[in-house]
Amino acid sequence: MAQKSIAKLEDVKKTYLMGVVTVQALRGVSLDIKEGEYVSIMGPSGCGKSTLLNLLGCLDRPSSGRYLLGGVDVSQMDDDQLSEIRGKRLGFIFQSYNLIQQLTVVENIEVPLFYQGIPHEISRARAIEMARRVGLEHRLHHKPFELSGGQQQRVAIARALVNDPLVILADEPTGNLDSKSGLEILQIFDELHKQGKTIIMVTHDENIAKRAQRTIRLRDGVVESDTWNN
Amino acid sequence: MEMELNKPMDGSGNKPVQEVDLFRQLLRPFMPDHIVRIFKLALKSLWLHKLRSFLTVLGIVFGVCSVIAMLAIGEGASYEAQEQIKNLGSQNIILQSVKPSDDQKISGAAQNFVLDYGLKYSDIKRLRSTIPGITIVVPGRIVRDYIWNATRRVDGEIIGTVPWYPEMRNHRVSVGRFFSEIEMEYAANVCVLSAETAQQLFPISDPIGKEVRVGGTYYRIVGILESQKVSKTTSADAAPKTITYRIFIPLSTARERFGETILKRRTGSMEAERVELHEVTVKVQDPKMVVSVAQAINNLLQRNHKKKDYEIIVPLELLRRAERTKQIFNIVLGSIAAISLLVGGIGIMNIMLATVTERTREIGIRRALGAKRRDIVTQFLVESVMLSGTGGLIGVLFGVAIPFLVTMFANMKTIVTLWSPLLAFSISALVGIVFGLYPAIRAAKMDPVEALRHE
Repeated sequence: MAQKSIAKLEDVKKTYLMGVVTVQALRGVSLDIKEGEYVSIMGPSGCGKSTLLNLLGCLDRPSSGRYLLGGVDVSQMDDDQLSEIRGKRLGFIFQSYNLIQQLTVVENIEVPLFYQGIPHEISRARAIEMARRVGLEHRLHHKPFELSGGQQQRVAIARALVNDPLVILADEPTGNLDSKSGLEILQIFDELHKQGKTIIMVTHDENIAKRAQRTIRLRDGVVESDTWNN
Repeated sequence: MEMELNKPMDGSGNKPVQEVDLFRQLLRPFMPDHIVRIFKLALKSLWLHKLRSFLTVLGIVFGVCSVIAMLAIGEGASYEAQEQIKNLGSQNIILQSVKPSDDQKISGAAQNFVLDYGLKYSDIKRLRSTIPGITIVVPGRIVRDYIWNATRRVDGEIIGTVPWYPEMRNHRVSVGRFFSEIEMEYAANVCVLSAETAQQLFPISDPIGKEVRVGGTYYRIVGILESQKVSKTTSADAAPKTITYRIFIPLSTARERFGETILKRRTGSMEAERVELHEVTVKVQDPKMVVSVAQAINNLLQRNHKKKDYEIIVPLELLRRAERTKQIFNIVLGSIAAISLLVGGIGIMNIMLATVTERTREIGIRRALGAKRRDIVTQFLVESVMLSGTGGLIGVLFGVAIPFLVTMFANMKTIVTLWSPLLAFSISALVGIVFGLYPAIRAAKMDPVEALRHE
């Protein structure tokens, strides 16, 4: 295994303070995800899936332990640095698409580049290219509410790809879709995997999880199993 | 086939992963291009709630335009007052004879049929000899009577005065000349008309060289005074009543023709007055001395007048008082303006807080996609400044237009000074920043995870 380590967690713990009670969401998780892997994360609700995804997505910091993203320790970074990491190295795909309603398709795709200060001509060209890749080149100037769920999720994928991220993080990407459009999305994921993208996907659907190379199961804040699918 | 991969790895493989960095060199967040996009974004967000944005803007519009309009009206009013005072001459002290009030009359010369009061020639002599720094003293006598030109007449004031009266009182002779010292010496029957009198008595013909009649005496007209600045600018609103028709004759002539006693016929009664001088103008050389000289004159006159039958008017003091009044006026207007802008600002804050709550999800998305806290602050601050700035701009337009309409329809003088729209606009922009800052910071402080979860 000579591939580079992309996302590496070392005994990561996360505790929340809920009122007066401290909740241990993660009780020591160690993971190593290599470049080009397609990983699904499964587990019952309350097992710490979301917490793990938030940590992987640099939206949150671990209470203890280390998180190396592309070899860089991000566990002690401040808010601005984390924002920069998110903007440059990560791509997010959410269950509810999370497009910005007042922006058009192409503008939505451009958002990550906007925050990196990339000039308009370059970012616009790149956003159009991404839209073409997900098959939305005819919908560039539509607003999200004019699109179907599947189309909206494709916009989200284009947006996640536009900054050429190290990792694509997907949180139940097909959760709000009918099976046909869900399948389309998963086919795009397969395609991305083939192109060598690293994908981490949270799901609770066995069948979807099986499409990934590797499945990590969480239970009560610890890794229960970490298996390769054939 | 399954393979356990749960073992932690050491950090030997930690090499900086190659970056996205085709773009990195091009990172330029402060380019005009970027700023334009921020503004476009704000415009889009505001456009999403047109009515709401419009109403918020309206709050600022009213604030700003009321500030400008009120200041313009205030400025216009005080300008008129100051101009009138300035015409009296700021270096002058004006003494006027006034009829003593009734209770003083009883204690004084009550039995006298002829009421004797006012400034005397002896007063002037005393002033001249005792108070230093006085250059000219203009005595004046004022008699009210009808002034005739053939069958036309006006009820006016005949003012007996000295040849240098116009220069002292900022009057200018528009046609002809003022009467001369020689005419003064010989008590010639000449007169100078005020512009109003000339217009009233000689509406079509040139009055110079013609004569007017007062009582049984004819006076040759040698000149006409220019209409005073103030009455010109406010000609529209000055009601005809307030115009006093005046003619000026040499003081010596006035003494000869009218004597010291004036009989006034009133319906049912007759009143006789004996007044030597109605008005004396004292010019003080040093403007700084005006107030103290006035005090000295007052002391001197008090010693010689048992009754308070005179009045001292110090235009400089009036001017200062007018300025002080204007200051107070401005403070009051300023406070009203500040309050109305404050209300507008609160409106902005209210809307921005609502917007931030409503767009929590969007904030979460933006944060997830790489927006820093300051990006979020900028975004919301630009929106609030855009609201207040637009309001300010529209407010300035209305604020400049309203005084115009006021002048046109209400015949009031208004002055829009250059600084008032500038001030009002910059305050409105400031309001946008001040009241937008808290909501913007609140938006930026949100936890991205929480914000993304927000419904």
